[in-house]
Amino acid sequence: MEDLSPLLSVRNLKAYFHLDEGVVKAVDGVTFDVHAGQVLGIVGESGCGKSVTMKAVLRILESPGRIDGGEILWNRQGSKQNGSTVEETVNLTQLNPHGREMRAIRGGEIALIPQEPMSAFSPVHTIGDQLIEAIRLHRPAGKREARQIAIDLLRDVGIPMPEQRLSAYSWQLSGGLRQRAIIAMALSCNPRLLIADEPTTAVDVTTQAQVLRLLRELQAQRNAAIIFITHDLGVIAQMADYVVVMYLGLVMEQGPVDDIFHAPKHPYTQALLRSIPSINSTPREELPTISGSIPHPFNKPRGCPFHPRCQQAIQGRCDQRTPALQAVGGQQLVSCFLYHDVERSS
Amino acid sequence: MTNLPVLTPTPLLEVKHLRKYFPIQTGGLRRKVVGQVRAVDDVSFFINEGETLGLVGESGCGKTTASRCVLRAYTPTSGEMLFRNADDSLVDLALLSRRGLRPIRSQIQMIFQDPYGSLNPRMTLFDIVGEPLLMNGMKDRRQRTERVAELLHLVGLRPEFLQRFPHAFSGGQRQRIGIARALASTPRLVVADEPVSALDVSVQAQILNLLLELQNRLNLTYLFVAHNLSVVKHICDRVTVMYVGKIVETAETQELFRAPKHPYTAALLLAVPVADPRVKSGDVELKGDVPSPANPPSGCYFHPRCPFAIDRCKTEPPVYREITPGHFVSCHRADELQLEGVAV
Repeated sequence: MEDLSPLLSVRNLKAYFHLDEGVVKAVDGVTFDVHAGQVLGIVGESGCGKSVTMKAVLRILESPGRIDGGEILWNRQGSKQNGSTVEETVNLTQLNPHGREMRAIRGGEIALIPQEPMSAFSPVHTIGDQLIEAIRLHRPAGKREARQIAIDLLRDVGIPMPEQRLSAYSWQLSGGLRQRAIIAMALSCNPRLLIADEPTTAVDVTTQAQVLRLLRELQAQRNAAIIFITHDLGVIAQMADYVVVMYLGLVMEQGPVDDIFHAPKHPYTQALLRSIPSINSTPREELPTISGSIPHPFNKPRGCPFHPRCQQAIQGRCDQRTPALQAVGGQQLVSCFLYHDVERSS
Repeated sequence: MTNLPVLTPTPLLEVKHLRKYFPIQTGGLRRKVVGQVRAVDDVSFFINEGETLGLVGESGCGKTTASRCVLRAYTPTSGEMLFRNADDSLVDLALLSRRGLRPIRSQIQMIFQDPYGSLNPRMTLFDIVGEPLLMNGMKDRRQRTERVAELLHLVGLRPEFLQRFPHAFSGGQRQRIGIARALASTPRLVVADEPVSALDVSVQAQILNLLLELQNRLNLTYLFVAHNLSVVKHICDRVTVMYVGKIVETAETQELFRAPKHPYTAALLLAVPVADPRVKSGDVELKGDVPSPANPPSGCYFHPRCPFAIDRCKTEPPVYREITPGHFVSCHRADELQLEGVAV
């Protein structure tokens, strides 16, 4: 996988919200790559910038949010028909978010599975109409053909009686079916990258297990890459190949899933893994906690954003300077002064 | 009763055959009742003094409705809810009038799920935590200030915060405020409905530790309603699993997790994704969705999704019975099935 150029490469991305009260640096220099066929997990608590990153990639960041720096390089495959694979890389930050090219990429090449399946569908149009509309927007298909594609898609995601479901409204479906319909919608144009933003937080555990299994199967069949955004470390462990841990708009650590869970390097990752009650842990034992709470984005601490809560913070160093994300042994990258002394250039 | 030696722990609350049905009405002026949603249907459980009972299940299983019946936020359709007073006398919560409930209200308190919606943004911490004290007759302001400061200290907040408003606090701190308010009237039973599910992972552990510590210090009894099995396993002594308004299984936590007797419990345990990539989990054999409590299937409610269902399950509803001491299950095949639990 290493020799191939990445499908998506996010380089030092900055997305700020310009408010009257000041600037909220929601994403403040985030770097990661996604390769074809890979499941990348982005994990972090609220306010860490994981959803803003995703919105920036899709260019659906709403005002007052704005991309204020960095690059989002998307590897566009050339036209599939003529056989010559013209590889063209576009910087999504340079595109007009409402322009033709971005609209072709969004939905056509990069698709989103949103968190709330209830609000993602229009309640006044049938599932079939919405699916057919999406298919016809991105593919040269007639009405009848699009309808057949829609039926096949619904069958692929495991919805029983797909012909009848086409004329159903989203509110007539159960939570699990609605989530499947959303996945069908996201897959409707054979995207090469799926962004799943907390796709299972709104559903129950047994439904979650069904949806996760479905995503795994579809990913294997279609060899699409998935960016899986969640705060649930269990889901990340079971789904991802490669993990990015974020905190307050910065990447704290990234690496292969096994390293992150079995040899975490950053104190934040270590503390986070210790503090979750596991289904396999001893009951009624005091959990090791991370002291304090996540700071408000307006008054982000100086230096390393985690230093006020960090047990191993070094006085005069972690509270003054921000560490850069550096490779530390194997494939892991860590931004922590415990491992290197490289400062982040702003 | 009083002069007998107490060998078994006494139940603080004993719920017997609790039912709560909600009518389904037509939209017209007549409001004709066309059906019933059996949100809680013949549910029996008990909570011993000083223990934590977990009530788990997926959305729509009736766990919240059952807990609200205990609080008498809902009046149950039928059934008994025997609550033991401090003087050992029993009172049936289901039969009490509004007036009769007043002395009980201070003894049963609630911790809410949403730390943002459950605190009045126009009230200061002193007003929020002090209101239950005022209601219970603590008229003296100085006395009240002292007590509120003491309560804040108990939940790990600084007493200087007294005059601040909730917006100044983070989610975890707000949840602490909610806990302080619940403890103000020195309750004996605390109903906690998903108290950590709205919090960030790093803050959840703090609140769970606080709940455990308070229980040890104040000898509290918790009814802990949750859907997160890892959290439930961490905090509960015994666990009750509900499915479509009925209890499918109750056992001591270790026992339930290690050796579940009901296929639904086993499926739930298997479905939880473990935070370890080397342990394969988060998978489930179950097909389909949870049925609606307005229109449940025949026989055992779980049979359409159950991988072990036999013909008998389709017609005959299973009896909720004690299979080994302290382990209750409602499944026809509980004796023969060998189900896999999780490592404890």
